[in-house]
Amino acid sequence: MKRIVKLEGLCCANCAAKIEEGVKKLSGVESASLSFMTQRLTMEIEEDKSETIMEAARKLANKIEPEAEFKILR
Amino acid sequence: MTKKQKKMVIRLITSAVFFAIGMVLEGKTSWYLIPFIISYLAAGYDVPIRAIRSMRNGQLFDENFLMSIATFGAIAIGAMEEAVGVMLFYQIGELFNDYAVNKSRKSITELMDINPEYANLIRDGKEEKVDPYEVEEGDIIVVKPGEKVPLDGVLIKGAGELDTKALTGESMPAEVKEGDDIISGSINLNSVLEIQVTKLFDDSTVAKILELVENASSRKAKAETFITRFARVYTPVVVVLALLLAVIPPLLFGGSWNTWIYRALSFLVVSCPCALVISVPLSFFGGLGAASSQGILLKGSNYLESMASLGTVVFDKTGTLTTGKFKVTDIDPVQGSKEELLKLAAYGEFHSNHPIAISVKEAYGEPLDKAMIGTVEETPGYGIRSELLLDGETREISVGNMRLMEQLQISVPENQAVMGTTLYVAEETTYLGSITISDTVREDVPMAIKGLKAAGVKKLVMLTGDKPEVGQAVGKALGLDEVYGGLLPGDKVGKVEELLKNKAEGTMLAFVGDGINDAPVLARADVGIAMGGIGSDAAVEAADIVIMTDEPSKLTDIILIARKTMKIVKQNIVFAIGVKVIILILTALGFASMWAAVFGDVGVSVLAILNAVRALKYKLKD
Repeated sequence: MKRIVKLEGLCCANCAAKIEEGVKKLSGVESASLSFMTQRLTMEIEEDKSETIMEAARKLANKIEPEAEFKILR
Repeated sequence: MTKKQKKMVIRLITSAVFFAIGMVLEGKTSWYLIPFIISYLAAGYDVPIRAIRSMRNGQLFDENFLMSIATFGAIAIGAMEEAVGVMLFYQIGELFNDYAVNKSRKSITELMDINPEYANLIRDGKEEKVDPYEVEEGDIIVVKPGEKVPLDGVLIKGAGELDTKALTGESMPAEVKEGDDIISGSINLNSVLEIQVTKLFDDSTVAKILELVENASSRKAKAETFITRFARVYTPVVVVLALLLAVIPPLLFGGSWNTWIYRALSFLVVSCPCALVISVPLSFFGGLGAASSQGILLKGSNYLESMASLGTVVFDKTGTLTTGKFKVTDIDPVQGSKEELLKLAAYGEFHSNHPIAISVKEAYGEPLDKAMIGTVEETPGYGIRSELLLDGETREISVGNMRLMEQLQISVPENQAVMGTTLYVAEETTYLGSITISDTVREDVPMAIKGLKAAGVKKLVMLTGDKPEVGQAVGKALGLDEVYGGLLPGDKVGKVEELLKNKAEGTMLAFVGDGINDAPVLARADVGIAMGGIGSDAAVEAADIVIMTDEPSKLTDIILIARKTMKIVKQNIVFAIGVKVIILILTALGFASMWAAVFGDVGVSVLAILNAVRALKYKLKD
């Protein structure tokens, strides 16, 4: 299933790249793309692990860029 | 500017003032350290704090961490002035980045500002402001002047003008009258319109465009991936080099610790890749924005990359190069005037609603008098025989295809025209002439083809389901390189695959269609381009690029925007990496101070970002 998160306040392009890389490595994530410009993290993930993955992604984003707010859009 | 940025400006001005005071006092009194410390803290008190936080999170090589080490190190070896200067300029650079990125984000949001906040729903005879999501199919909504049309529908009351610039890039307002389809996202200019909703918000044009635009940058160009990969390697490498530079010369060759540590710290100043990493997506984002301002939506920046190296364009014929609407293109009377022949044909087809009959009547243009029609006899698949009372005399006129003429045993001269459909007109057993009706080529096709050739596209191909002769004739008239006719929808995929195999290395192949029946072909090409297809779900789904107007000449615009964007991206990559490497070499050799390093680094990022912002600007030539 497709999940979209907005990382509001994301202001470091290099961190964006690190978050994308990190999310891609999470188990159950088929594909992930974080656009620095639109601040949107688009993920294709396994449906039954959806909530755990979202939580792991939130933690990861918070670790790398604590200033960005993790807003789940879909 | 945001609140955060305004605060930063005040901090930086304060910092700069105290920095100047420190510079003046330096050497005169030992108190000079105080203004320097104030200056450092004003500019970057939060940098070491963030550095500690990221270290706790296990994030080494974080830019805050590197800047903290560089400045603390400089203070430790007594280079106070440099430490403060580095922090001040680093923060100025960061502020500039932040400002440029925000501005660019905002300008694109404004460009695509089509999201309606509410709908005026008529409920029990009363008007009510509701969320567009709440409106059902069949509901009636009111759109006032200046408001956005929130949902797709049909105009049931009122008439006026709609601004569709955000949707199609077309700046001329579109006139609408009762019964017309209205697409959401357009702005009602001057009158109150009552619209019956035909689609839920989620299925409406506006929601689809927003979805497409917002997801646009999730498909990344190779250059973007390259730069993030580069950044991942660059920072650790520079940090390791700095470490070696600090330790090896003093230990092995008896160099001065201060000199080499100073050089190593200068290395750290250049080790942040952020500006470089920002400038690339910023350029692509600008390119996508420039395209959408022309009514061209791209599903990812990777397609800008592909369009910049386009070698082959394959067009579908009907609906893409041609309008798909039939028009009278040739009138060939045996004797008498063309008008007279057209008039007879129009009266002969009086009762028919066949598309060909309609185009004949349209071409005649004058209202038809029903009183002139006598008995009518229609033979499906052949044509129509009718008695007409023209100018006081009764005439028996037959209008139809070749089979009708054969049935009436009328000999017809061999027809030279291969394009379109020919209609024959006869009076009793005398042949009067023929009228040719054909699909018309879109007005701006010649311009599109000229533009594509000028842009260096090597091969222009047309695929069509029409008879090969018809295809060849159209292709020749338009100046296309290759034409393949008589293709079924399935054959088109095969043909495109063949063309993909034979294309020149390093070039891309684009297929342009109207999205009807050609979804598999759109998907198979390197770049699938759907034209005029915002109304068609399948097109938006299958295509990589959607041209919202029905102008094939927009293809040239995409290529030019794509090339400009790619040029900027390449300039930035080469320039920024080049300058960084030069600074590193000069620093290692002792030719550049920490000042040179910080100026070089901030300077290069400011220039790269200013360059990137250029990508958003695209003016139509002419």
